[in-house]
Amino acid sequence: MTELFLTLLIPLIGSFALLFIKKEQMQLIKYVAFGFSVISFIFSIALLLKFHSDNPNFQLTYEKVWIPSLDIGFRVGIDGMSLLLVLLTTFISPIAIYSSFDAIKKREKSYYALLLLLQFAMTGVFISLDLFLFYIFWELILIPMYFLIGIWGGKDRIYATVKFFLFTMFGSLPMLVGIIWLGQFIGTHLVHVPNGFTTNYELIRQYSHFIPIEYQKLLFWAFAISFLIKVPVFPLHTWLPDAHTEAPTAGSVILAGVLLKMGTYGLIRFNLELFPQASFLYTSLISWLAVFGIVYGALVAMVQSDVKRLVAYSSVSHLGFVVLGIFSMTVEGIQGGIIQMVNHGLSTGMLFLCVGVLYERRHTREIEEFGGIARIMPAFTVFLGIAMLASVGLPGLNGFVGEFLTLLGAFKSPFLGSIWFTVIAATGVIFAAVYLLWMFRRVMFGTITNPANRGLKDINKREWATFLPIVLFIVWIGVYPSTFLKLSENSTKKLVNKLERIKFGKERYELPVIPEISKPNNTNIKNNQ
Amino acid sequence: MDSLLSLFIGQYVADLKRSLALFAPELVLATAFVLLVIVDLIFQKSKYITGVVALLGFAVATIFMIVSPANTSFGFWQMYVFDPFSNFFKYIFLISGFAVVLISFFSNELNKSDRTMGEYYTLILGMTLGMFVISSAGNLILIYLALETMSLSSYVLAGYTKEIKRASEASLKYVIYGALASGLMIYGISILYGLTGTLSLFQINAFLTQYQGPVFPLVVASLLVLVGFGYKISAVPFHFWTPDVYEGAPVAITAYLSVASKAAGFAVFMRFLKAGFIDPTNASEQVWTMVSSIDWKFIVAVLSVLSMTIGNFVALWQTNVKRMLAYSSIAHAGYMLMGVTVMTEGGYIAVMIYFFTYLLMNFGAFYVVQLIANEIGSEELEDYNGLGYRSPLLGTAMAIFLVSLTGLPPTAGFVGKLYIFQAVINSNMIWLAVVGVLNSVVSLAYYAKVFRNMWLRGVDSNSAPLKYSIYAQLLVYAFVIPTLYYGIFWTPLVFWAKSSVMMFIGK
Repeated sequence: MTELFLTLLIPLIGSFALLFIKKEQMQLIKYVAFGFSVISFIFSIALLLKFHSDNPNFQLTYEKVWIPSLDIGFRVGIDGMSLLLVLLTTFISPIAIYSSFDAIKKREKSYYALLLLLQFAMTGVFISLDLFLFYIFWELILIPMYFLIGIWGGKDRIYATVKFFLFTMFGSLPMLVGIIWLGQFIGTHLVHVPNGFTTNYELIRQYSHFIPIEYQKLLFWAFAISFLIKVPVFPLHTWLPDAHTEAPTAGSVILAGVLLKMGTYGLIRFNLELFPQASFLYTSLISWLAVFGIVYGALVAMVQSDVKRLVAYSSVSHLGFVVLGIFSMTVEGIQGGIIQMVNHGLSTGMLFLCVGVLYERRHTREIEEFGGIARIMPAFTVFLGIAMLASVGLPGLNGFVGEFLTLLGAFKSPFLGSIWFTVIAATGVIFAAVYLLWMFRRVMFGTITNPANRGLKDINKREWATFLPIVLFIVWIGVYPSTFLKLSENSTKKLVNKLERIKFGKERYELPVIPEISKPNNTNIKNNQ
Repeated sequence: MDSLLSLFIGQYVADLKRSLALFAPELVLATAFVLLVIVDLIFQKSKYITGVVALLGFAVATIFMIVSPANTSFGFWQMYVFDPFSNFFKYIFLISGFAVVLISFFSNELNKSDRTMGEYYTLILGMTLGMFVISSAGNLILIYLALETMSLSSYVLAGYTKEIKRASEASLKYVIYGALASGLMIYGISILYGLTGTLSLFQINAFLTQYQGPVFPLVVASLLVLVGFGYKISAVPFHFWTPDVYEGAPVAITAYLSVASKAAGFAVFMRFLKAGFIDPTNASEQVWTMVSSIDWKFIVAVLSVLSMTIGNFVALWQTNVKRMLAYSSIAHAGYMLMGVTVMTEGGYIAVMIYFFTYLLMNFGAFYVVQLIANEIGSEELEDYNGLGYRSPLLGTAMAIFLVSLTGLPPTAGFVGKLYIFQAVINSNMIWLAVVGVLNSVVSLAYYAKVFRNMWLRGVDSNSAPLKYSIYAQLLVYAFVIPTLYYGIFWTPLVFWAKSSVMMFIGK
């Protein structure tokens, strides 16, 4: 619990600490920001050590009621999935901070303070066990992101950031209505809580499948719209290429690495867990959207002339696999989805870092401008190659594991009931190979046609240091994924058991019997039909 | 006969004595009003002394408010009502009164060398007195008189900077619209009087409970009265004066009109509905049954949706920040009407919470606009470019106020919206909640324009930092800190509103 608090709060403390440093002391600012972020990472490792992967329930929970009249509380805790995503956050954030040391040359203090604030909010999203707290963190993310893109972004940054802001808000406000409605419904119709309102996630999770289907449908969409925009699923994706392209490198890394996962995380945590019957109803629809997004994203990526935009569209395609896996509602699919979230965070994050390396040297991202870089920057070529192959899904690297599991899940799924999802989605893997390899060839190989490329320096020590840890995990997950899959396995099984019990009346997976640590108090069941 | 008369007079005197004791805050304001005129005559040279006297008046009135017992009763032969509901709004008026006087101290447009400020503060006191009376009035004639007291003061205040053309224009427009609205209202009152034979809200209520006659004249009369209230709260379609007046009036007065004047309108409208139109025999805590066949729920819902939507969409095209905030205040009237629409205790509580948060953020936003206008002499959105870097404090404060006006956590504005939506959802009007949130998204689009210009444009400009005194700076904090504080710890606010929703309805 202490570890959880520290992981959450250290970035926030760091963010405030930066305000007290004079803005002339640039080196100090950079290293203080980096230091706080690394300390937070260390505590998240401690979190990992304290975590029992056998236990499918929430662990290290903490509860403190904040607004008694609405039963809103500061409730936090982690299960396997949130642990993986917290680790991803605390891992990517210091790398993002470290990678900006040379790239950011104006208003450094605010920049690093905002990055730390962002890290705080992202961690908060993944550990909240209170719908209201979740919503607050979810909205809090907008503010640093708005300024990060808007101040330090590229040419069309203002357009991109306003679009990002409006899209996300458009999604999240219906979610607020959904949260209030859900809290009200659970609190007054299903269980007795003192004021007829609650936002306690664990309590809601126990009773929400008793909500009549006609309400569940509406609630499902109130939440889903917000998450589908964030993922983003076709046709709600149009904010993403702009935001990704215009954001500074660290912004893109965090956006791709962590922010998009908040959407897929929400789909599992809220849509599947809370509205199972409605999920059965819409699983095909959303899976078709995901499959369409996979192909569409890949095809559009193919024709991009800007490397960063290409990577951005590849995100649309890759996240489609995650959504497909989640809505297959099988252990393989959801596990694949979770591991693919981590994978995408690593490999796409690294691709953005590589684009950043090129951009810092040439101040352009047009594929046309490059060619023959491999001869001048051999080390860089290796790293870009690894990131690219991981993204393509080459066996032995991480992308393969995730994509394979999601496709397997979709194939086996008793809920989807059609192999066409898998067949069409699998073409996305081929397309990914096409656009990424083609991009790689045009940028890296061939003769040096542009004289401006001749004098480029290969990557420096700092860039080595940012790439190496990512490569380590890319290979680790690719070769021995069980380390990571094991963490979330039991919580996923518990979820799938619940879904199958509701749909088919029986559970397939054996789970160790561990009593739930926090029992909701002051409540008695009203209607347990 | 003689003894009967003396008994009658004895009761009369006793009631008068009791009422006057409870009426003390209003008496203090009236005394301060007179005192200010005298002080102004003596100290004509000084600009601030009259303001200080006004502040003292507010302070003494606050003390009398605090020490007066929490009494729930009639006063002045059922003309006047003392109850927690009116007290809540009186506190809102007092806080606004303090705020407007303090803001006026830092206004360059008001404190020009050739202007006397005596009348200005006097009129603010007069306006506040009118608001005090209106929030307690239980009689239609008293409502009308108080409304006129308020309005007449505000007409003059809107045009106080008379050498500025747009201020005179604002004042004139305000008078004309006001005259029309109050004319329609008094006409409605006269019909209501003709129908029911009484002007007391409570007797009207008793009459309507038994009323079996034709509905049409009742509807017409009620709608005409509604015009008067709608004009005060600037709800669409009675809003046409708002943008011009808000743009033309001095910033401090604009802020005061947008908060206090609107609060007065809401206080009286809510009392009019609850005391006059709910069925007291059949009313439970949760849901009120309305007497007669006037569909107030529907009427108010229509006003609410229109105000939100039109206010927000028109605000999108504004290039003047003051004018934009004027349209935004129309939209906020719409949000608050959502709380009135549901006609439950919960809805009224939500409106009251919203008002307190709205007071903080709207005054704050207008105050920042004024400080900026002091320095750059403009309220145009285009001139705000890069201001965040010229004054980080004002830039940050403005961003916080606008985020709060949008209703995002962790700010007070979010709490207001949260309770409004909760009340609406609680009474199963999901569609209205959805309209409300979609409107919030629209509102974000134009609020974001302001802090976009302040922070994202003109990043590299190296213009001189804005200058303002340390006291001006402290006042900014006085608005910012509660806006953030109540966004996180709002339990006391809810408690206060809950304990204040009790309205005396004569039973």
